[in-house]
Amino acid sequence: MSGMKIEIDGKAVPFEEGDTIMEAATRAGVYIPHLCHNPEFTPHGSCKLCTVKVNGRNCSACTFPATDGQQVLNDTKELNDTRRTITQMLFVEGNHFCPSCEKSGNCQLQAVGYFLNMLDGHFPHFYPQRCVDASHPDILLDRDRCILCELCVRASRDVDGKNVFGLSGRGIASHLVVNSDSGLLKDTAMAATDKAAQVCPVGAIIVKRHGFEVPIGKRIFDGQEISDWSLEREASEAGE
Amino acid sequence: MADKLKVATTSLAGCFGCHMSFLDIDERLLELAEVADFDRSPITDIKHCSEQVDIGLIEGGLCNAENVHTLREFRKHCKILVAVGACAINGGIPAMRNHIPLEECLQEAYLDGVGVDNPQIPNDPELPLLLNKVHPVHEVVKVDYFLPGCPPSADTFWKFLTDLASGREPSLPYALVHYD
Repeated sequence: MSGMKIEIDGKAVPFEEGDTIMEAATRAGVYIPHLCHNPEFTPHGSCKLCTVKVNGRNCSACTFPATDGQQVLNDTKELNDTRRTITQMLFVEGNHFCPSCEKSGNCQLQAVGYFLNMLDGHFPHFYPQRCVDASHPDILLDRDRCILCELCVRASRDVDGKNVFGLSGRGIASHLVVNSDSGLLKDTAMAATDKAAQVCPVGAIIVKRHGFEVPIGKRIFDGQEISDWSLEREASEAGE
Repeated sequence: MADKLKVATTSLAGCFGCHMSFLDIDERLLELAEVADFDRSPITDIKHCSEQVDIGLIEGGLCNAENVHTLREFRKHCKILVAVGACAINGGIPAMRNHIPLEECLQEAYLDGVGVDNPQIPNDPELPLLLNKVHPVHEVVKVDYFLPGCPPSADTFWKFLTDLASGREPSLPYALVHYD
């Protein structure tokens, strides 16, 4: 170990040269809420859910480097209130009808909402009009549920080597696009076994014919908070 | 008893599933009846609230002009208004029509749909006019509490109401917070 430490909510957390705050925290068993971060991929810093206060300034924990002696605030009312507001905005800017979604119960957006005790959307709903792409025989792309985390973009580019996805447009018009002449998923090389088909934290990319396989009550987040699930799953990755 | 809580319930654009789930508190209804009286509710078949009701539970979203009228009247008479279930909170399943222009919805349902006999769009003056989009209740009136779920479980209703009746700030444990 390098002997270098940061403090998160008063707890000493060791880190290695090159670590982000998120990596150091995850290895030490400290959960920082996140959606666009996944230790398997290059940090993106877009969802802002992992915003922490570093030496008095707000920073994204998934992209901000740890440096010796940093004072980090994470689990505070102020930050969790802001995170709840961000999550509410994600809900109202999409069309998240949980009861009709195959991903419900296994959805990280939903689970973050539960974790932050989000009981409503607070803001007026946008109900945006977005295209569903059901053209692929094995994969459904439902842009209504996309939160623009770009995990599929990164997975397709960095792991699958296919560059199937990208983001287009700006602001509220931002949307996921498919890299084919027709713009349809069926005209790409994407396969249901691709990392990009497995990595979506919400129900935007789902593999067909696998819906509702696990009964209500036995799905991931029916019994387990995303903080525990996330740390269990990601700690080993962060340790590498 | 003058000091008993008055509880009212009503439904807008929903499926009445939240009311059914509420009734699933089963024999605890008797316990509830010790501290609360039902006012306006499909359970009592009372059509309008008393002048002042302590707690109003409302399920369903707003899909037509009558829903808006009902909601506003309900809000006026409830000290505490509780939006119950996915439809009241985000429009729920009825709001899935928001993607489709209203005219197309009506055409599909009443003119072009499979098995439609004597196609005509209903136009009776007694029918409330549809809104272009389905909306959650907090977009029209102030809501004091939200009980998510489709529907919220009986235990969620029970925990919430017993917290309120005991003068505690209602809080739901993790197991009782669900959006589906």
